Amino acid sequence: MTTRPATAPRDIAPDPGAGLAVENLRIALHGRELLRLTTRVTPGTVVTVMGPSGSGKSTLLAFVMGLTDPAFSVQGRVLLDGRNITGLPPQARRVGILFQDDLLFPHLSVGGNLAFALPRAIADRRERRTRIEEALSLADLAGFADRDPATLSGGQRARVALVRVLLSEPLALLLDEPFSKLDAGLRRQFREFVFARARDQGLPVLMVTHDREDAEAAGGPIITLGAPADWE
Amino acid sequence: MPRLARVFAALLPLLFTVTSTLRASEPDPRDWNAVLEAARSQTVYWHAWGGEPRINDYIAWAGREVERRYGVTVEHVKLSDTAEAVSRVLGEKAAGRHHGGSVDMIWINGENFAAMKRNGLLFGPWVESLPNWRYVDVTDKPTVLSDFTVPTDGLEAPWGMAQIVFFYDTARMTDPPRSMRALLEWARANPGRFAYPQPPDFHGSTFLKQALNELVEDPAILANPAEEAGFDRATAPLWTFIEELKPLLWRGGRVYPQNSAKLRTLLADGEIDIAFSFNPSEASNAIANFELPETVRSFVFEGGTIGNTNFVAIPYNASAKAGAMVLADFLLSPEAQARKQDPEVWGGFTVLDLDALGAEDRARFDALDLGVATLSPDELGPMLPEPHPSWMTRIEETWQARYGAGQ
Amino acid sequence: MAPASEEAYSARRPLSLRLALRHPRILRHVPAITLLVMLGPTAAGVVGTLLPAFGYLPALGGYAVSLEPWRALFATPGLGSSVRLSVSAGFVTTFLSLALVALIVAASQGTRMFALVQRALSPLLSVPHAAAAFGLAFLIAPSGWIARALSPWATGWETPPDVVILNDPAGLAMMAGLIVKEVPFLLLMTMAALGQIDARRSRQVALSLGYGPVVGWLKGVFPRVYPQIRLPVYAVLAYSMSVVDVAIILAPTTPPPLAVLLVRWLNDPDLALRFQASAGAVLQLLLVAGAIGIWRLGEIVVARLGRRWIEGGSRGRRDRAARGLAGLLAGACFLSVALGLVGLVVWSFAGLWSYPDTLPDNWTLRTWMRQADSLLAPVITTVTVGVAATGIALLLGLGCLENEVRFGQRPTTKSLWLLYLPLITPQIGFLFGLQTFLTAIDVDRSWGAVVLAHLVFVLPYVFLALADPYRTWDRRYAITAQCLGAGPDRVFWTVRLPMLLIPVLTAAAIGFAVSVGQYLPTLLIGAGRFATVTTEAVALASGGDRRVIGVYALLQMALPFLGFALAVGLPALLFRRRKGMTHAP
Repeated sequence: MTTRPATAPRDIAPDPGAGLAVENLRIALHGRELLRLTTRVTPGTVVTVMGPSGSGKSTLLAFVMGLTDPAFSVQGRVLLDGRNITGLPPQARRVGILFQDDLLFPHLSVGGNLAFALPRAIADRRERRTRIEEALSLADLAGFADRDPATLSGGQRARVALVRVLLSEPLALLLDEPFSKLDAGLRRQFREFVFARARDQGLPVLMVTHDREDAEAAGGPIITLGAPADWE
Repeated sequence: MPRLARVFAALLPLLFTVTSTLRASEPDPRDWNAVLEAARSQTVYWHAWGGEPRINDYIAWAGREVERRYGVTVEHVKLSDTAEAVSRVLGEKAAGRHHGGSVDMIWINGENFAAMKRNGLLFGPWVESLPNWRYVDVTDKPTVLSDFTVPTDGLEAPWGMAQIVFFYDTARMTDPPRSMRALLEWARANPGRFAYPQPPDFHGSTFLKQALNELVEDPAILANPAEEAGFDRATAPLWTFIEELKPLLWRGGRVYPQNSAKLRTLLADGEIDIAFSFNPSEASNAIANFELPETVRSFVFEGGTIGNTNFVAIPYNASAKAGAMVLADFLLSPEAQARKQDPEVWGGFTVLDLDALGAEDRARFDALDLGVATLSPDELGPMLPEPHPSWMTRIEETWQARYGAGQ
Repeated sequence: MAPASEEAYSARRPLSLRLALRHPRILRHVPAITLLVMLGPTAAGVVGTLLPAFGYLPALGGYAVSLEPWRALFATPGLGSSVRLSVSAGFVTTFLSLALVALIVAASQGTRMFALVQRALSPLLSVPHAAAAFGLAFLIAPSGWIARALSPWATGWETPPDVVILNDPAGLAMMAGLIVKEVPFLLLMTMAALGQIDARRSRQVALSLGYGPVVGWLKGVFPRVYPQIRLPVYAVLAYSMSVVDVAIILAPTTPPPLAVLLVRWLNDPDLALRFQASAGAVLQLLLVAGAIGIWRLGEIVVARLGRRWIEGGSRGRRDRAARGLAGLLAGACFLSVALGLVGLVVWSFAGLWSYPDTLPDNWTLRTWMRQADSLLAPVITTVTVGVAATGIALLLGLGCLENEVRFGQRPTTKSLWLLYLPLITPQIGFLFGLQTFLTAIDVDRSWGAVVLAHLVFVLPYVFLALADPYRTWDRRYAITAQCLGAGPDRVFWTVRLPMLLIPVLTAAAIGFAVSVGQYLPTLLIGAGRFATVTTEAVALASGGDRRVIGVYALLQMALPFLGFALAVGLPALLFRRRKGMTHAP
């Protein structure tokens, strides 16, 4: 398998440690190299990864989350704000993710979903409740805490999912085709909402998408991964 | 987690602990007081057929009485087939458990007893040391000493008498046939209305033996082993009879009922007209139980019917031998025997010699009303002895090969 | 991940994290423990059967290895017919049950009938095999309920006709008795599989391509469902070939199927028959293995022919008749079990009830009152043993699956299919051997041993019911939760388990029902000291009184039914305000 060199991001943030960095990543499957990558996502920016199916996009995200399938052989490091998190289990990395499906836990209320994400360090019950209410109001969902997620509209659910991931106080955000299931109007609206919140909180965002429009809206660097050899 | 594991490890042996496996020294039946002493607080696991609620109730009553009087706890292990208990003892012997076995007493007779005796699976002799043994009728009821011609040798205590009794519904027929030949004639006139359980079911085999007894030239030879007596020649008339009867049977002899319970059900359902059982009170019981209409009556054959005795035996590795002996002795007491014979309770005939009883005990029996469909001891007629067990084995084999194996 | 860095980080991790990392050490061993718990008894039992089959059983004087038991076995008159009967019962029952299930689901998916079928399932599954057989026998016998209802006014039968319906030489009655019980089981398994392959959309695609619903389902969905229900199908095949209780009630007797013959020999007072019976048990084992092999070959042939049929493009648009037939057959299955059961209930309150009366002459509570005193103790034993066996099975099953999810496929995990061995091994093939083994190590007749013996049969069913929902559960929920900061344990307890509550409880209910139904293991391993409703029922059934049988059949059904009701009711109650939870995965 051949790998095309990834387009390197042009802007490097002044603080060399801040943000999400992937260093000397090399992913291979059954001895065949899938991808080779070094990149850095600075706080508040979005790096978009594009490429056809099988080019290793999902594996890249899994590597950052710490959930690489044992079938792949992986080398390289991932650093978050200068800290090497390569050996940490997913729950200790503080890397949040949004998928194309909202994946709200159907057995919990909206508030329950958010409380699940809220760090344990916030122990006081009233304090937790307040944080949840605040977060909901920011997403125009005030008073929704006791609702059953199944009764929400698609747009509302997407927003709850975002609020949930932000409440977990991540240091980086991963987006796995997060807008592809929404219809056109809602899609633009939600995309802007996500990017705005990420910028506000100064989160480095790594986005995987098929959609050029998403990539352009993100405004950041675009990495295009090559197609697997079999397709050529 | 380690703590949990420790707790679990501590509990584990407890879960697999068996109640009362204390290994007591072998009781000496001749020292009855010592037996009573040893029996106290023992638990007797009595393995007995559990297919009849009224018998189960009787066993429960006996258990309560023995507990109250002698401090012996009785647990009735309800079997669907006595052989299950025999298997159990055998399995324990195979596994080397020669003490502390799980079967303390078995309700048993015939082939099961013969097999256990032959394989050394029984404890004893102990029976003639029982205080109530003196009431047992050893002269007029010789089968209390010889179970299917096999000497009991004090290894099993008699419990009840059984004799083949036929029954029929007077509302559907009159004047039932009173011999095997008459039965065949009757079946010719009424094809499909008679059945016998499929050998080697106990009752099915007994039907064949009854027929053999009537048809063989000299019934005396049946007391000897079949090989010595010339099995083929002796049984030729039997097979002619069975061959003639077969097409006249229920379902043309293509299907046989499993056992006597099924036979009774068939009678109740109107599928057959004549059924039979080893319990002389069966018809009365079934009427009382709404299983048969009140018009059902019993009858026996003119030349007599096969009878035998059923027993209780103690396995060689029983845990509670003393307790089992105390229970067996209680079962032989005039009080328990009279209650057993009461058709309201069970209706099982006694093994005791009523003339040997004191006036008070005698009165218990005299007061019993045996029920409308039960024949009195006089009406029951002569009791034919069981042939030597080898006959049963050979007859079952031959029947199986001829009729049980399909075409 | 590099192990070195894991060490380096462990010191800095919070306590909970360190504990979470220690757990896997126990969790990792769960598959191995499970295999040991399951295969140990099975293997011990099979060895305990194999040895006597070759003449070795010292307690009976068998010290030398010989082929005599086999000679005796093959000299048995009618053995060929017995074997033929067992084999044909296995194939016919399995084939017809599977065909019926396919037809029912094909015709009903996406219609109101589907919900109806789904609702009827758990009561049908709760009815013990023997009770269903008894009920069916009373229904169709020449003196049975149907004949009574029509006689003598319509049929002119003053006495029941002397025709062979039950115990027919071809074994049709037995097959019918098995089919009415195996169809619900396969239906349950099929419905579980449907959820995982998005059958609804496949069906819609087929419809939009102009296929009739039945043909469209058979062509588009069934080929994907079948691999998921393959094991249950084998279980049905093995069970139908080696069933004893149903066969005793409905099978022919001259000769009976092989398994009945074996039980008869094992229970024969002539203990020498033990050797021959053991050889027969080995033969039974080989027959089942061979039948499964043949079925597997059949699968390949059918798959090849089926592909040609599928690619042929015939649309089968006029399938109204097929749908009607499906409804009719499903109804017949349901009715024969339900009416049979109603018949037994009526019997339990009956006084005298002679032919040809459609209903009893008089009614009485006596049968119930007589049994009332002796009911409580067996019920308690049944429930405690059943709950314990089911609980352990759940623990082990969830442990294995969680292990698989966390650590991926590992050698012990891959060999988990061995868990299904007890499902396809005929019980008589190893129970007597197991009894001898447990007696030898002196743990038989204890509560724990009885639970263990039940576990051997409960676990495969629990695992079967659990594995697919678990494996097909959307793992992105777990990833999301982990990225929100939850460790694997928290993910398990607060996300995976609650979301899978319905399948977990269903698996538990199935496991409990299996435990309630165990007769031989309870009796043999418990040495008769643990009376359950089933051991009582079987003992009393030998007395042949339908009134008593009715009482116990009802009781035997009530306990599993309670389990299924809880499995349905509990999630419905807990999640009554969570619409996303009402559709089982």
